[in-house]
Amino acid sequence: MKFGVVVFPGSNCDHDAYHVISKHVGQPVDFIWHKETDLSGFDAVIIPGGFSYGDYLRCGALARFSPVMQSIKDFAAEGKFVFGICNGFQILCEAGLLPGALMRNEGLHFICKHVNLKLENQNTPFTTEVDPARVLSIPIAHAEGNYTCDDATFQQLEENGQIVFRYCDEKGEVTDAANPNGARSNIAGICNVDRNVLGMMPHPERACEEMLGSNDGRDIFRSLTKAIAEVESAA
Amino acid sequence: MKAKVFVTLKPSVLDPQGKAIHHSVDSLGYSGIGDIRQGKYFEISLDPAMDISDARTSIERIAKDVLANPVIEDYRVEIEA
Repeated sequence: MKFGVVVFPGSNCDHDAYHVISKHVGQPVDFIWHKETDLSGFDAVIIPGGFSYGDYLRCGALARFSPVMQSIKDFAAEGKFVFGICNGFQILCEAGLLPGALMRNEGLHFICKHVNLKLENQNTPFTTEVDPARVLSIPIAHAEGNYTCDDATFQQLEENGQIVFRYCDEKGEVTDAANPNGARSNIAGICNVDRNVLGMMPHPERACEEMLGSNDGRDIFRSLTKAIAEVESAA
Repeated sequence: MKAKVFVTLKPSVLDPQGKAIHHSVDSLGYSGIGDIRQGKYFEISLDPAMDISDARTSIERIAKDVLANPVIEDYRVEIEA
């Protein structure tokens, strides 16, 4: 089993993701420079948070054209796991691996705080180990996390169970007041139809240590590790 | 030869930045200001020897693939000889 963490110029959560995979998930992990094109040997690729290409043009718009992204498209098409966090989610939307787009927060501010998340679909490789009855506390840190899509896309997301996380209050109620950024229907994370590509604005890699206020993020990485192990044992 | 590309949010997409700008303009006391929507403008210089319709085709493609995100934005291309 091997994880990869993609590094673009301007990525700044790459070391956090690497740290969590190596120390808390306890699996081999390597950085993947954005000019690399060979992803053989990797079972899952994390596209980390940060400000790839300085957020020039639009968040994630230029990273999409890095050589590694074509390889990530092929990697995802093979059914391997791709996990975009924050800027990684923005990149996956720009690259067309996930539907919709992430716009400027409704209140225009950069928001950095812990939010409550409700798991909407446990039946994805990223969430089997997440307790759906629990409200997760995971931090967000973004200015462009306002998820938007057209009505037809939204209907497909709902019908296919692609909405994986929603912002909620501490009781798990999905309310307007609990929506930090104006995201459509409180969407915090979505997956593709095949469920092997997940993008989310909150940072689970920053919520894997009690000392940092929460370790709720671990369950997501544990789920992914289990999914990879299942693929390996089936091979 | 020059291409101008205007990228604007689709009318159905909310523009919180435009709204904030509108609010500031209102606070200056101007009357008769309707909606303000923010967009992006690109100037692209082109080889003067280029065929104008080829240039338009290329710039339209660049606008669609790079300059605008068609999920949320529209674009308009002008070519100046």
